Amino acid sequence: MVNSTINIVWLIPLFPLIGFLLNGLYGKRIGDKLVGILSSGAIFLSFAASLFLLSKYIGLNQPGAEFHSTLFTWITVADLQVNFSYQIDSLSLLMAVMVTGVAFLIHVYSIGYMKGDAGYARFFSYMNLFTFMMLNLVLADNYLLMFLGWEGVGLCSYLLIGFWYEDEANASAGKKAFIVNRIGDFGFLLGALLLFTTFGSLTFSEIFSQLDGFAVGDGVITAITLLLFVGAIGKSAQIPLYVWLPDAMAGPTPVSALIHAATMVTAGVYMITRSSFLYVLAPTSMALIAVIGAATALFAATIALTQNDIKKVLAYSTISQLGYMFLALGVGAFTAGMFHLLTHAFFKSLMFLAAGSVMHALSNEQDMRYMGGLKKHTPKTYVVFLVGALAISGIPGLSGFFSKDEILWQAYSSSAGNIWFWIVGVIVAGLTAFYIFRLLFLTFHGEPRWKEGNKAHESPNVMTLPLIILALLSVVGGYLGIPAILGGGNKFHHFLQENVAQIPVASMTHTHNEEYTIMAISTAIALAGIFIAYLFYLRRKDLPDTLAIKAKSIYSLLMNKYYVDEIYDLLFVRSTKRLAIALWQKFDVAVIDGIVNGTGKVIIVFGSYLRLTQSGLVQSYAFSIFIGGLLIIGYFIFG
Amino acid sequence: MIGILSLQILIPLLGILAVAAIPAKEKSLMKVAAIGFSLATFIASAVMLVRFEIGTSSMQFHEKLSWIPEWGISYNIGIDGISLFLVVLTTLLTPLALLSSWNSIKENIKGFLIAMLALEVGMIGVFLSLDLFLFYVFWEVMLIPMYFLIGIWGGENRIYATIKFMLYTMFGSLLMLVAIFLLYFESVKQFGSPTTDLLMLYKLDLPFDFQLWMFLAFTLSFAIKIPLFPFHTWLPDAHVEAPTAGSVILAGVLLKMGGYGLLRYSLPLFPEATLYMAPYILAVAVFGGIIYGALVAMVQPDMKKLVAYSSVSHMGFVVLGIFVLNQQGVQGALIQMLNHGISTGALFILVGFIYERRHTRMISDYGGLAKVMPFYAASFLIVVLSSLALPGLNGFVGEFLILVGSFKHSIFLTVFAALGVILAAVYLLWMYQRVMFGKITDEKNSALSDLSLREKWVIVPLIVLIIFIGVYPKPILERVEPSVTHLLNRINLNSNGDNQEISPDVSPLRPERN
Repeated sequence: MVNSTINIVWLIPLFPLIGFLLNGLYGKRIGDKLVGILSSGAIFLSFAASLFLLSKYIGLNQPGAEFHSTLFTWITVADLQVNFSYQIDSLSLLMAVMVTGVAFLIHVYSIGYMKGDAGYARFFSYMNLFTFMMLNLVLADNYLLMFLGWEGVGLCSYLLIGFWYEDEANASAGKKAFIVNRIGDFGFLLGALLLFTTFGSLTFSEIFSQLDGFAVGDGVITAITLLLFVGAIGKSAQIPLYVWLPDAMAGPTPVSALIHAATMVTAGVYMITRSSFLYVLAPTSMALIAVIGAATALFAATIALTQNDIKKVLAYSTISQLGYMFLALGVGAFTAGMFHLLTHAFFKSLMFLAAGSVMHALSNEQDMRYMGGLKKHTPKTYVVFLVGALAISGIPGLSGFFSKDEILWQAYSSSAGNIWFWIVGVIVAGLTAFYIFRLLFLTFHGEPRWKEGNKAHESPNVMTLPLIILALLSVVGGYLGIPAILGGGNKFHHFLQENVAQIPVASMTHTHNEEYTIMAISTAIALAGIFIAYLFYLRRKDLPDTLAIKAKSIYSLLMNKYYVDEIYDLLFVRSTKRLAIALWQKFDVAVIDGIVNGTGKVIIVFGSYLRLTQSGLVQSYAFSIFIGGLLIIGYFIFG
Repeated sequence: MIGILSLQILIPLLGILAVAAIPAKEKSLMKVAAIGFSLATFIASAVMLVRFEIGTSSMQFHEKLSWIPEWGISYNIGIDGISLFLVVLTTLLTPLALLSSWNSIKENIKGFLIAMLALEVGMIGVFLSLDLFLFYVFWEVMLIPMYFLIGIWGGENRIYATIKFMLYTMFGSLLMLVAIFLLYFESVKQFGSPTTDLLMLYKLDLPFDFQLWMFLAFTLSFAIKIPLFPFHTWLPDAHVEAPTAGSVILAGVLLKMGGYGLLRYSLPLFPEATLYMAPYILAVAVFGGIIYGALVAMVQPDMKKLVAYSSVSHMGFVVLGIFVLNQQGVQGALIQMLNHGISTGALFILVGFIYERRHTRMISDYGGLAKVMPFYAASFLIVVLSSLALPGLNGFVGEFLILVGSFKHSIFLTVFAALGVILAAVYLLWMYQRVMFGKITDEKNSALSDLSLREKWVIVPLIVLIIFIGVYPKPILERVEPSVTHLLNRINLNSNGDNQEISPDVSPLRPERN
């Protein structure tokens, strides 16, 4: 009974696939209007199916229940067996509902945002394909099908970043994203191979059921988890592979919202949570995840302080917030990481779309130095952005507060956490509140600094409606996980926890007072960040410049993003190219061909003495070979 | 009654006669005839594919006619999981290659069509032969039309390319011929009467030193074909100079003869030498093939050269899969050969399409084509993605299986092989970007027409296969599996000093079906 219901899971990815095929093959003939409706409708159906399954699953009331639905055999050779099969449990359902829900809103928004674009049908077909791939990633019941989705979303990201491919810079950004992701995928792939040779399977449940025999700290498990984490570093843009994400802002803004904020970049967080049963056996890997997460959160937040491009600020903010999620995973707070993933999906896609609405108002202006004073002209956009900004700053009552507080509390109190993780987390919280309100003030407050000819106007309803829904979600999304001490009982945690591993908990020595204190400190820091932004950008506008001059070296270091792109270019890109050219010209052409040509000359010179007619025509060379061949055959037969 | 296998050799032969009989003025009629006969061959292949029995490693549709009994030579052909898809690949690519060059060949069309059909006869013969002598005859027969294709219908520097190609291949062939003679004399010694029957020769009991020399002679010849570093430098020149159809067949089928030869001759005939040499060959395959090929491909200014070096890299995967000597590796290598034939064949066809329009292969002469040729750009993208092994497309299935097999054998080598997967993305996407994206900088590119209906008929079947094999490779894998198991059992048994057949029911010879 339950199983037959679960078996409709294939419908969830099917609708976007159909949408992709129809739009991709017949988009031009269908016409823009229908293309928009068709692709949004496909995602809506998929959302409805996901929601239906989620309600059935909750109705079951069997925490931790897990269902599998196999479509067909994919790759089978000897002991290797991989199927196209999906897994239904709390984790995959949560992701499916989030992905399809957010994707639906962004599709609707895009109907307005992309209006009149020459590649309208192409855009929607890519977006549908992306949703299809993302659903495969989250629904897969094995690492290889997950990898199909994993690389598939990378492909769509590549296509959508370079969507306006006539600008060479966009095409380069797409290529960079794909290649940097491939470096991560290299780790994922090796991790999958090691999983297979260790467990004889790539299916999650078959692997996790064999873990009893492994001790905590087992070398192979540590290697596997580290390799998989390399994949997560690439996809979720962590140090040192984050460099593609800021460039990815070259894509249309809805793409940034959907792929580079809400869904694809969180795939690493999902994958590690999915693999939590492995990770709890590898404390070394966990520690590394926490360190990289905390470092990335801080590093990216400092870069975000000085950027002038509205989308770049949001991009570095995304990297930083992803770092937060990894910090949570690293200290064993898997459900807290997932919780932040969910709330971040709401408020960050909200802010990206709102930024898109701003750009829409100012004929695609992205530089905040040419914005300002938009509050009056785009009031709806302003209000929703304010909601998003308050949420990401962690102001009590909004979703970001609950998820961020949960992470900070776990970083402090978990047996795998420590005070330093918490301190970094709190500093980042302050920086976040500062840079996001800097963005808000520069964009919406003060006097207009628009370029000539701009007449700011509010976006149409088809764009503002999704914004309003996302703003509501950014507020109430947090109520799913209100902590116990605030009387909420953290439903979110309890929903997921049976499908996620728990780290061995040290005895609880922390008091409620500590928890309240932690909350109070992070709230105070956030308010301080907002206040400083207010001071800098509304009251004492001379201060930022004075500071930039006084701390010139730090300022230019941040402005230039620590020169990481330049360093990578020198270390990896150019040296590889130089090596390749040397191999080609110094070895292939000079050495090997030198020998071959030398031999050839000897033969030709030798031949010219023997031959009466030296025609030089290849026909005659070939003819002589043919005759030679016949002579040999003749020798055999008659000899 | 002619067997289904002989039919596939006979139809293109008849095609040669038919084309020869048509007056040279009737150009279209000749082309239609050639394509018709090659299509008929493909249909025969399809029938064979459908009737091919799953679950047995035996030679199927076996045909044996005595030819020169006093020398033990016979017309002996059969097919198993190892050769099955290579034959189908050949009969598929030949009509597509012919159709793709409908307009591009202007001179001596008759000769061109005859050469293409003769090439097909030779290639099918090589894959079907179960007699060493017959194999060698087909092997040489196949090379001659290839020399002509490059030498007559090739580009500016065709003579150099042809001579280079000849030098390499003749050198290989000669060594193999010597080895064939020696094996033949060995058969006289051991069986009392001479034979060139391959399945009989498998039973020879050869001392290790002898095996090693024989293995080297055969394998060198195959290594040149694959081509394996450092015997690969004929390939970029041959590809650049060959006409599109020649490149398609060269990359699509001819290179596979190297891989096929390893699996049919080098490995089963000389199992102990195989085990002894495997570590060295593996190292060459990974560093000289996969990595070196990819690096050099990255900096090629000429599209065809880039694809040629990418073949060196991709065929490195094939050699890696073969010499790890386990089920996933070898099956992966077989499916990789099929996939490489499809994807690289498609790449050369696609390059040919724009070469016909612009008469240049230089990447820098293009840019921004996606704007004017959207269908072309989309097709090219799918083929590029297949070539860089995107999961869900065919290339991934082969490379993943090879990596699984290789991982079981050596983690060290696998790490480097997997680096090749990153590099493939670098050189392919970089080329794609420079050709397709950006603004149109050259005026001549702004008026290019998108693919014609004929061109779509050439490329769409390949794209369908790229997706189908990527999503559902089972029909191929299950047909290949028993033969690979059988081959590996033979090698592993031999390495244990046991030279006997495992059991009668997995014997390669079984009652003939027709």
